Amino acid sequence: MAVKILTEHINVPGINTFDVYRKMGGYTAVEKALKKMTPEEVVEEVKKSGVRGRGGAGFPMGMKWSFLAKPEGVPRYLVCNADESEPGTFKDHFLMREIPHLLIEGMIVSSFALGANKSFIYVRGELMYVIHILEKAIAEAKAAGFLGKNILGSGYDLELVVQPGGGAYICGEETALLESLEGKRGNPRNKPPFPAVKGLYQSPTVVNNVESIANTPWIVNNGGDAYASLGIGRSTGTKLISASGHINKPGVYEIPLGITVEDFIYADEWCGGIRPGHHLKAVIAGGSSVPILPAHLILNLANGDKRLMTYESLSDGGFATGTMLGSGGFIAMDETACVVRNTWTFARFYHHESCGQCSPCREGTGWMDKVLERIEHGKGNMHDIDLLVDVAKKIEGNTICPLGDAAAWPVASAIRHFRDEFEWHVKHPQEATQPGAVYRGAMELV
Amino acid sequence: MENTAPQLFKITFDGIEIEVPPGTTIMQAARQLGPHYAPPAMCYYEPLKGTGGKCRACLVKVTAGSAKDPRPMPKLVPSCITTVQDGMVVENTTNESVLETRRGIVEFLLINHPLDCPVCDQAGECHLQDFAFEHGRVTTRYEEERRTFEKHDIGPYVQLHMTRCILCYRCVFTADQITNKRVHGVMNRGDHAEISTYIEKAIDNDFSGNVIDVCPVGALTDKTYRFKSRVWFSKPVEAHCDCEKCSGNVTLWYRGDEVIRVTARKNEWGEVKEFICNTCRFERKKTSDWTIEGPTKISRHSVIMANKYRADLKKPAFGLKVAEAQYKQIDDSRPYITDGTTIRELSKENNAKANQRSLAENN
Repeated sequence: MAVKILTEHINVPGINTFDVYRKMGGYTAVEKALKKMTPEEVVEEVKKSGVRGRGGAGFPMGMKWSFLAKPEGVPRYLVCNADESEPGTFKDHFLMREIPHLLIEGMIVSSFALGANKSFIYVRGELMYVIHILEKAIAEAKAAGFLGKNILGSGYDLELVVQPGGGAYICGEETALLESLEGKRGNPRNKPPFPAVKGLYQSPTVVNNVESIANTPWIVNNGGDAYASLGIGRSTGTKLISASGHINKPGVYEIPLGITVEDFIYADEWCGGIRPGHHLKAVIAGGSSVPILPAHLILNLANGDKRLMTYESLSDGGFATGTMLGSGGFIAMDETACVVRNTWTFARFYHHESCGQCSPCREGTGWMDKVLERIEHGKGNMHDIDLLVDVAKKIEGNTICPLGDAAAWPVASAIRHFRDEFEWHVKHPQEATQPGAVYRGAMELV
Repeated sequence: MENTAPQLFKITFDGIEIEVPPGTTIMQAARQLGPHYAPPAMCYYEPLKGTGGKCRACLVKVTAGSAKDPRPMPKLVPSCITTVQDGMVVENTTNESVLETRRGIVEFLLINHPLDCPVCDQAGECHLQDFAFEHGRVTTRYEEERRTFEKHDIGPYVQLHMTRCILCYRCVFTADQITNKRVHGVMNRGDHAEISTYIEKAIDNDFSGNVIDVCPVGALTDKTYRFKSRVWFSKPVEAHCDCEKCSGNVTLWYRGDEVIRVTARKNEWGEVKEFICNTCRFERKKTSDWTIEGPTKISRHSVIMANKYRADLKKPAFGLKVAEAQYKQIDDSRPYITDGTTIRELSKENNAKANQRSLAENN
């Protein structure tokens, strides 16, 4: 069995309560960090671990922490981004629901390392019951002396606040999240200044994903080197993957970074293969924002090697033949899935979720949505396909925040790899608009 | 004696070297070079804090970040909010990807714009018109239905045409920073986002009229001037009055002997120099209310500039200089359709579409 960092005790009955969690070795990281280590040492261990941000961008967490400005007399904040809204990703939700104390412990350790005395967990508003779970966990931790004033006699104070979001996808973008947390409209800010310099209430702030923070107790307990020894290359540790789609065993899996994609899809330990009688057609490897890949490209690199579940291997080949690990929302599709319809669904999502602040994203997402809707409903023209590529190109990289890229990539990649299918929709509108109709032309299934 | 003069940063903008103090944005540096060089700005508004970065019209390419770190910036950067570094090299109109992106931005701004310029009071002094003229394409690729909004009446003075809005947020910043109580914000998200006053509550404070001046398009216009005249048929004159609320420095717009509009004075970038109060703007519409200073010098908008001054008052040498300074090469490579057959076919196609639409509506 592979090492489990986050989900080792996930099946222990009552692990969501403080007592059971403590019995299973919980909160030892808080004791170790606060009593035996300095904040700098904790940061150093996280740096050594090489853990990369689990929210999607994959930015090294230790480096992010070391960028935090530390001016005298200005409070610093740690904000946990629990606004997980990416279609296809549901790992943070799972983690907070099943083992809330892991996040609380991680928040205490991380806040201590960053010198924050007030930290926030920003949870998406739809998950009200998770907010209640977290608040209960915080109350338990406080009663046991792990939160509040003078924690464990170390002189360190920490207050933890759970804040429900309003249910906007854009508030998962870190600066929009900070705006929302301040009580304003959730519009992303222009960067620079980055949150590490001017974040929440214009103070230095670190924003980390739930899973990233949940890794810190293990790193403190076992050392950064032990963490770095897991995984391959710059993809260290384990990663939660939310697997969904046409696989036999959908769910959240903690995988060691470095297994092959083929293993992940077909091994019984993980997804257990594509549903009986069907074949893999395409995979979206990291949540709806990342480029979709056809079966033969997701399983193998362009040079024929097996593709691995790592940040590097998944992005091998750039966007021509690669994709991204993203937030780990792994969506597998068999030959009954219509890529055009799927792309339209995503485009509609981004159209609905664009904040409307900058022009390319505000107007471009709506445009792509409408054109894709026409193609899907048999009213498209051949030039619409090139138009979509051009619109996606004009959005990509020209927006304030990554939502523009996230809206453009799925469309651009779907046309890049499944152009035949789009053309079939245009050329055979009668056939394509039948209920359940899917392109059955030449394509590589696995 | 210690040298206390601030150190200047040297930057290269479109191949021209210029020295500016640290903290200057690329846009401000480019504006020092003149209108020919400055990137277009649809949302950036110097007098208002926090504006900029939204419309993406002013994106430029930084080919060298600074003398210390001469790596190019990976993405195009908004020039209005990016501060210069010593040794920075910026490409604006000399970079094809910048121009291509700008064509894209115009297209994005126009796809949901009603293009009702013939009946729009802003026409002639509309920044979107200028921007589209300079960077737009001749035909549209947009075949979908344009977005529309429900009409909101926002009071007796200001007319809101939400369909024309490009969401630059300038009026929101004005409401925030100039008026003392904010009743003006943005509702909803994405392309359904709309300027609102929570909701339909009249903007009733003394400086609310300034949202008209800051609006780059015809989304917020003066109700007292509505449909009175085309901008280019009225004649701007500088005037002032003794006002207890504001500076009283305004521009009067005459048609014949009648003051048909009062606006704040604007600089060559279309930015208000001093915000004026609603009394000056909407109530004082008689010449006797004002002390006239003389004709307004308009340096940018050619439409208003045209036929403004009597020929015999013009000094030819000066006029030539002005013309030279303002001369701008028009991009003639744009795909104008001049072929008669194509035009006929296009109009046939459009007519067929319009017929279908009206049929569908009538049924």
